[in-house]
Amino acid sequence: MSINAHPELPEFDYVRPATLMEASRFLAEHAGEARPLLGGTDIFVRMRDGFYHDKYLVDVKHLDSTDELSYDPQRGLKLGAGVNMNRVMASPMVQAHYALLAEACRSVASYQLRTRATIVGNICNASPAGDTIGACLVLGGVLNVHGVGGYRQEPLATFFRGPGKTVLQPGDIVTSIEFPPAPAGAAGVYIKLGRNTWSDLSIVGVTVYGYADAGRASGYRFQAALASVAPTPLLVPALEEHLASHPINAEAFRQAARLAQAACSPIDDVRGSARYRKAMVRTLTEKALQMTWKKLGN
Amino acid sequence: MANHRITLKINGEYEQVDVPSQMTLLQMLRDKLAFTGTKNGCNAGECGACTVLLNGEPVNSCMILAVECQGAEIVTVEGLAQDGVLDPVQQAIIDHGGVQCGFCTPGVLISARALINRNPHPTPDEISEALVGNLCRCTGYLRIVDAIQDAAARQESLAARL
Ligand SMILES: Cc1cc2nc3c(=O)[nH]c(=O)nc-3n(C[C@H](O)[C@H](O)[C@H](O)COP(=O)(O)OP(=O)(O)OC[C@H]3O[C@@H](n4cnc5c(N)ncnc54)[C@H](O)[C@@H]3O)c2cc1C
Ligand code: FES
Ligand code: FES
Repeated sequence: MSINAHPELPEFDYVRPATLMEASRFLAEHAGEARPLLGGTDIFVRMRDGFYHDKYLVDVKHLDSTDELSYDPQRGLKLGAGVNMNRVMASPMVQAHYALLAEACRSVASYQLRTRATIVGNICNASPAGDTIGACLVLGGVLNVHGVGGYRQEPLATFFRGPGKTVLQPGDIVTSIEFPPAPAGAAGVYIKLGRNTWSDLSIVGVTVYGYADAGRASGYRFQAALASVAPTPLLVPALEEHLASHPINAEAFRQAARLAQAACSPIDDVRGSARYRKAMVRTLTEKALQMTWKKLGN
Repeated sequence: MANHRITLKINGEYEQVDVPSQMTLLQMLRDKLAFTGTKNGCNAGECGACTVLLNGEPVNSCMILAVECQGAEIVTVEGLAQDGVLDPVQQAIIDHGGVQCGFCTPGVLISARALINRNPHPTPDEISEALVGNLCRCTGYLRIVDAIQDAAARQESLAARL
């Protein structure tokens, strides 16, 4: 038996609809045999590996406002689905107000790949390892979705259903992701544990985001999101609650890290064992909290 | 399955090509147009041997459909030299001995050209980061990084003389 390590793409038809409605209708009419295409950096891998067998790839990069990257102090940040990760990282608005997002993008693959890879593709692929998803979750991302019935919004926090599974229905196209204005002085950290410093998929990924918040007993709000340690990207509400109600100090961070460890349910795979992942979640969450605390000026 | 007729500019020349949907930019360049400088190392976005410029930005040509390049401008390694004069990154990589088997070199050169275009004074760390997607199994990268830093300096002194 011979193994083809470099398979070419199987046959399919490339479709480029003129409008969003045309695209949604086409996708709905061909449910199960068509999928939206952005950068293709997940799709082409999965087609070559024989996991995807779609007859149609429907290019949605050029539709409506999918190319838009805009910021408004009152409304926040809007990233069109077609905006690639290098563009996000290079945006002065993102660097100034959503530095965590740029940091998360920077951890993805390589420069060349990020010329094509998009945040919305990362989200819709719904891998628990998706490196930009944690940042999008803690930043309060909301997806604009166009389906056969028109537009609606889907908060990211309730978007994921399992590995590769989301609330999207046939015909649904995510056109953009929006983030509310970032609280003044907010800071975050993404720690990606891979097999090497750059470019590998994460064994564990820990995102922490925090800011001063007079509405909480501790005076701060902290959130954490975990990658590669559960069937979906995971927010940790227990950590947020603990750090809202306890004075912020080293012991509070230690306990919060234990809560993050308790919240996750990793599996063994080629990149790491479940036991190792659990241990790393605790260590890296504590580290990320301390780093964020420093960035907050403490 | 449908063929698509696309028009694009490759190394400054217009080309009209008929491509099936599933043909990658890499396949079109190598198999249809004989730009064999662009290499196929992994066909999976990992190695960077297939790197070309698409509208000025480096991309893995194995991860893009040819049909997605309708109207685009592509530069391959064959398009780096101008009027028979090597690009500073090409000359520097020769001078520094940054080529061994040479398989990674076309992709490295394209990544280096793109880096210097967006950042005329890259530090060694910035060069290493820009080469994360260009695997080289021979040189150990040091000579490549030196060459790119030197190329940036040479380009600057060239520009100063013009
Ligand atoms: C070599 C290599 C390295 C990688 N490294 C990393 C890494 O370090 N970290 C990481 O997180 N990922 C990594 N990836 C995976 C991939 O690059 C990212 O997930 C990327 O963000 C996907 O974006 P895309 O635009 O290419 O998506 P696509 O491949 O175009 O689409 C991804 C999925 O989303 C669906 N989809 C696309 N657009 C829409 C839409 N508008 N509405 C609804 N559904 C849609 C598609 O049908 C598909 O199922 C890597 C991939 C490769 C090939
Ligand atoms: S051949 Fe394209 S990245 Fe390896
Ligand atoms: S010179 Fe051989 S792979 Fe780089």
